[in-house]
Amino acid sequence: MSTPLVEARMLSRHYAVRTGGILRRKFTPLRAVDEVNLSVASGETLGLVGESGCGKSTLGRMLVKLNPPTSGDLLFEGQDVTAMRGADLLRLRRSMQIVFQDPFGSLNPRMSVESIVMEPLLIHGAKADAAARAKVAAMLEQVGLPARAARRFPHEFSGGQRQRVGIARALILKPRFLVLDEPVSALDVSVQAGIVNLLQDLQAELGLTYLFIAHDLAVVKHISDRVAVMYLGRVVEVADKRAIYANALHPYTEALIAAAPAVRPGRVRPPRAPGDVPSALAMPAGCRFHPRCRHVMEVCRAVEPTLTQPQPGHFVACHLTGVGG
Amino acid sequence: MSTIEDDDEAPSRPWRDTLVRLMHHRLFVTGLVLFGIVLIAGLAAPWAAGVDPSKIGMRTRFKPPSADFLFGTDNLGRSLWSRTLWGAQLSMIIGVSVVALNAVFGTIIGALAGYVRLLDKLIMGLNDAMMAFPAVLLAIGITAALGSSVLNVIIALSIVYIPRTARIVRASVIVLREMEYVQAAVAAGAGHWRILSRHIMPNALAPLIVQLSFLFAYAVLTEATLSFLGLGAVPPTPTWGNIMADGRQYLTDAPWIITIPGVALMLTVLGLNLLGDGLRDVLDPRLRIQP
Repeated sequence: MSTPLVEARMLSRHYAVRTGGILRRKFTPLRAVDEVNLSVASGETLGLVGESGCGKSTLGRMLVKLNPPTSGDLLFEGQDVTAMRGADLLRLRRSMQIVFQDPFGSLNPRMSVESIVMEPLLIHGAKADAAARAKVAAMLEQVGLPARAARRFPHEFSGGQRQRVGIARALILKPRFLVLDEPVSALDVSVQAGIVNLLQDLQAELGLTYLFIAHDLAVVKHISDRVAVMYLGRVVEVADKRAIYANALHPYTEALIAAAPAVRPGRVRPPRAPGDVPSALAMPAGCRFHPRCRHVMEVCRAVEPTLTQPQPGHFVACHLTGVGG
Repeated sequence: MSTIEDDDEAPSRPWRDTLVRLMHHRLFVTGLVLFGIVLIAGLAAPWAAGVDPSKIGMRTRFKPPSADFLFGTDNLGRSLWSRTLWGAQLSMIIGVSVVALNAVFGTIIGALAGYVRLLDKLIMGLNDAMMAFPAVLLAIGITAALGSSVLNVIIALSIVYIPRTARIVRASVIVLREMEYVQAAVAAGAGHWRILSRHIMPNALAPLIVQLSFLFAYAVLTEATLSFLGLGAVPPTPTWGNIMADGRQYLTDAPWIITIPGVALMLTVLGLNLLGDGLRDVLDPRLRIQP
C-alpha cells in the first residue's frame, strides 16, 4: 500500500476532569481518544462510527489540527505534522478542512454567505475583489446553491442549504482531505440523500479524501469504502465496508449493526449490546467492551486486546479473534 | 422553515430589519422619546436655559413655578429651569462618558478573560473582588479619595461598573468561542484577531448594547446619589443630585425644588430602562424573563 494521505499513530487526547469535592480537588484523566492508529488512503472514504461520546468527533478534529493531541503523531502525506505551527500550519490548513454537524451553529449569523465562503480565501492572502467573488459564485454553484444566495444571511436558509454553504466554505481552498463530522445527522431524512449525493459527486470531481463521521450505519454503508468502529476512545475494528457488514468480527460491531433498523425484518440478527456505555472516567479493566459483551471470557476482564489483522485489511481488537485468543 | 427560493429578490438588510422591529416595540419607543427629551434638554442647555444657573436673586427666592420662572426658584433665588437643564447636561455627559469607557475597557477586559484561558482566573478574581463592594459605596470611596470633580465622578463610576460590563462580555465570549463557526475559522487558518473581531465580538454585541443602556441609567442614578451626598461636581455647578440636596430642607415649604429634578431623574432612568428592555427583546430575546 502506498503512503496514506492521513495517518494517526498512537494518537491520544486526554482531558483532566475535576472530580471530588471543592476542598479535595482531584483530577481524573478522561481518555476521549486513546492510542488510536488509523490511516486514510488518498481518494477513499473512511467511515467512522460509534456511539455518542466515543471520541469520534475529537479524533476527527485532531486529524484537521483543531485540537492538539495529548500524545501520538499525526502524519499528512507521510510528513509528521503533529507539532506544525505558524506559516507551515497555515499552508497545511489549505489541504485539510472540516464540515460540521450543526447547520445552525456552523455559520456566523452576522456574515453573508458570500463573506462566509470567501473568508478562507482572504485568510490565505486573496483580495476581496471580483476574482474572489467569481470563485465564491462558482463554488456556490458547485454545491447546488443559486447565485443570489451569496448576498443572503444564514438564517434565511434551510438546514440542508446551510450545510451546502458549510461544504462550500470547506472546499473553497481546494483541500485534499475533508473531515465530515456527522454532516447529515441533524438534517431531515428527505434532505440527507441530497447532501450525501452532493458529497459523492464532489469527491469524484475533485478527487477528495473523506473521513465520514456518523452514528448512523446506513449512511456510512452508502458512502464509505472502509469503515472504522470506535468504542470508548479506541478503534475496535477497521475493515472494508463489505467485510464489516457481512462479517463483523468484533461483538460491538455486531451489536451496532443489530441496533440499526432492519431492512428485512425477518432475518436472524445478533442481539444488541445490553446496558449503556460506561463512563470514560471509570474505564473498565481489560477489554473496554467486556461488561456489555455477550462473548465475554476470563481474559477479557484482565487484558486489553490489541488491534490485530486476522484477515488482510481487516483489523480487530478482540480476544475472540486476536492472536492471543 | 423558509428557504431562499420562497423569497423575493430583495437583498437582506439585517440592520434595517432590526430597526423596524425596534420601532414597532412600543415600550422601546416610549423609552427613546423620554431619553431623547433629556438628551435634547442637555444639549440645548446653553441656549434654552436663559439665565445663568448660578445667578442668585434675593428678591426671587422660593418662587413657585410661574411664567417668569417655569420651574420656580430655589432658596437662593436661582432659576430651577436653568439649573435643571444644566443638570441634565451634566447627567448626559457623565452617562455618555461612563458608557463609552465601559464599552471600551469592559469589552477589552471581558474579551481577554473569555478568550485567553490563562488570564481568565486572574482577571475574574480581580473582577469579583471589585464586584463584592456595593456599587454606591465603592463610588463614594473612590470619589472621596480622588476629590470632588466631574472627571473624578466619571472615573469612579467607570471603575465601579467596568467589572460588571466585563463579566457580561466574558460570558458571551466563552459561549461564542466554542461555536462551530469559530472552529471553522480556526480550521481555515484564521488568526486570533480575525476570530475575535469578525466572529466573536459582532455576536457578543447584542447583550453588550443591552447592558450599556441599563448602565447609562445606573450611571445617572449613582451620579445623582453622589452629588446628593455632596461628593459629585462642586457647587455651584448644578446637578440633579445637589439641587435635590438643597431642596431637601425646604421640602414642605417649597416642594418643587426637590420634585422637579427628582421627576427629571425618574423619567431619565425610566426611559433608559424601557429602552434597554426594548433592545433586549429585539436584539437578544434569550435574556427575556418569561412573565
